[in-house]
Amino acid sequence: MSTLHTVNKSPFANQSLISCLGHCKDGDAVLMIEDGVYGGLGGTGLTEIMANAAKSVSLYVLSPDLAARGVDAARLMQGVQGVDYAGFVDLVATHDRTQNWL
Amino acid sequence: MAYEVNGTTVEHDEEGYITNLSEWTKELADVIAKAEDVEMDDERWEVVNFLREYYDEYQIAPAVRVLIKAVKKTMGPEKGNNKYMYELFPYGPAKQACKIAGLPKPTGCV
Amino acid sequence: MTIKNFLYVNRKAPYGTIYALESLEVVLIGAAFDQDVSLAFLDDGVFQLTKGQNTDGIGVKNFSPTFRALGDYDVTKLYVEAESLAERGLTADDLQEVMYEDEDDDWAEKPSIKIISRAEMADVMAGADVVLSF
Repeated sequence: MSTLHTVNKSPFANQSLISCLGHCKDGDAVLMIEDGVYGGLGGTGLTEIMANAAKSVSLYVLSPDLAARGVDAARLMQGVQGVDYAGFVDLVATHDRTQNWL
Repeated sequence: MAYEVNGTTVEHDEEGYITNLSEWTKELADVIAKAEDVEMDDERWEVVNFLREYYDEYQIAPAVRVLIKAVKKTMGPEKGNNKYMYELFPYGPAKQACKIAGLPKPTGCV
Repeated sequence: MTIKNFLYVNRKAPYGTIYALESLEVVLIGAAFDQDVSLAFLDDGVFQLTKGQNTDGIGVKNFSPTFRALGDYDVTKLYVEAESLAERGLTADDLQEVMYEDEDDDWAEKPSIKIISRAEMADVMAGADVVLSF
């Protein structure tokens, strides 16, 4: 039993990503979409928190949202995987529930 | 669309619910009731007054099952049942009585 | 019909956006479907339940009294996160009282609000069949 969490706000403007990570269970997945993709960047003030979360939670970003913002995948921190729309659907299908952090 | 009461007009929506809740008066209630083919008597006033008090306290027009349950609690089971309430308001106790009471359409009624 | 466990997650303060009011309306409408409904309040969502709200001066409806009608709709589980309260300088005393009558206990009046820890909130979320976020 695991949950897919989606976050669509930048963690530099909004507490949603931090709150989401604070409520994840081991084995959950967090998919960052829209402005949420900035949460996946390496070398930011949040990278340490994210790296810590990555020990028990799978982290993803939606690649088209990353590309739209001109962010090269090489800028992602280690442990964050890019997925396309089909990958998004797979994540929804392989988890028991989806929770959106607006 | 509007009701006429003593020479003044009170706007209502396409279903007959008044748009400005503060324009409600007892005279208006009689006018709305007539438009609904309902003759107001003590029993019907009791329900209309109950709804207005419920709205005043909770800021919500209750769904029909909630209304009947609440009436049962405060006025007893001989009034808090479907048969009694539908006899008073044949087109739906919550919808029709709320309209007469000058409240919005009940939340939870589709 | 199988009964599912629906969790409405409220994370926004009451009047700055429409989320809080929309959530409450969906809860009231959804209550007609006889499902097992719980509400979660965390982050700024805890501000929705504070007492003493008065919207006369801003021209919008004060919907905080409507939470007290939830018991009539058989919605009796309002989980509030302790950490979110503390971070905002709030305690249980700052929240309004929301009661319900327990049908299985001779209609005894009981509080609907349960203050739980962040870890317990994570368990509540993980136990839901369907999560609706506002």
